[in-house]
Amino acid sequence: MMGAEITLGHYLALSGLLFLVGLAGVLLRRSLLIVMMSLELLLNAANLALVAAARFQGIPDPQVAVFFVITVAAAEVAVGLAILVAIFRLKKTTSAEDFATLKF
Amino acid sequence: MTAVAGDLTSRNPRKITRMEQFFFWSLAAGLLLAATAAVTLRNPVSNAVALVAALVFQAALFVTLEATFLAAVQVIVYAGAVMVLFLFVIMLLDVKAEARRPIPWSKVLAVLAGGTAVVVGVPRLVAAFPAAREPLHWSAKAAPFGARELGTLLFSSYAPLFLTTGVLLLVATIGVVVLCRRDPES
Repeated sequence: MMGAEITLGHYLALSGLLFLVGLAGVLLRRSLLIVMMSLELLLNAANLALVAAARFQGIPDPQVAVFFVITVAAAEVAVGLAILVAIFRLKKTTSAEDFATLKF
Repeated sequence: MTAVAGDLTSRNPRKITRMEQFFFWSLAAGLLLAATAAVTLRNPVSNAVALVAALVFQAALFVTLEATFLAAVQVIVYAGAVMVLFLFVIMLLDVKAEARRPIPWSKVLAVLAGGTAVVVGVPRLVAAFPAAREPLHWSAKAAPFGARELGTLLFSSYAPLFLTTGVLLLVATIGVVVLCRRDPES
């Protein structure tokens, strides 16, 4: 593998592994802050796949998609952190296990 | 772009391939290492700093894919604005390092299953598409687009989406202000 030329497959595999790391964070961590950071990793894995596709196919459209993903991610982080701050004011914690009021 | 391609063609293609490999493998290793640190570390500030490192590594990978504009956006928006937001919230909430707890085996199992799916699935997926196995001959073809083409696309065929993004950001801003406002009565 090491001696082979870098192909689109290499970038897609890297993107898959990055997605996996982020998924592990979303599923296994309790702190909502860390969960949100892991969500960013998930979005970044998708971005990497898109940019690689744009380069190897020679078309600019996936890069435009990445542009939108980054914008939406920024909005998502802002709203998510605002919700987190509001919840922290009520409960004095950021652990996902303590937010179970809708569970029954 | 064309000037860069001209430079590349005049150089030894095997040397370029070797450099390409070096950059891809070292940046990929750095990205995965930083991402793992961002997910596993216990102190939230360390997580945030590791995530900044991961985002910068990804920006460097964008450069190897000749997406220089997106690399700049990645550093400015993600590593700059978004991470500062994270650090501010960490500071304001005064989050303590997370205590250890019994390992949730069902979730570990889920992650392992997902991992197997990726490790088994992605090579098959790649094998199914012949185009995914073709290396890029950097010396022969440079990316036929740059920031100019991206901007033209954004303001022509993607203009409705672009305007919607503006509305989205406005709504998000108003939402954040409303969410974080303290009730004046209480």
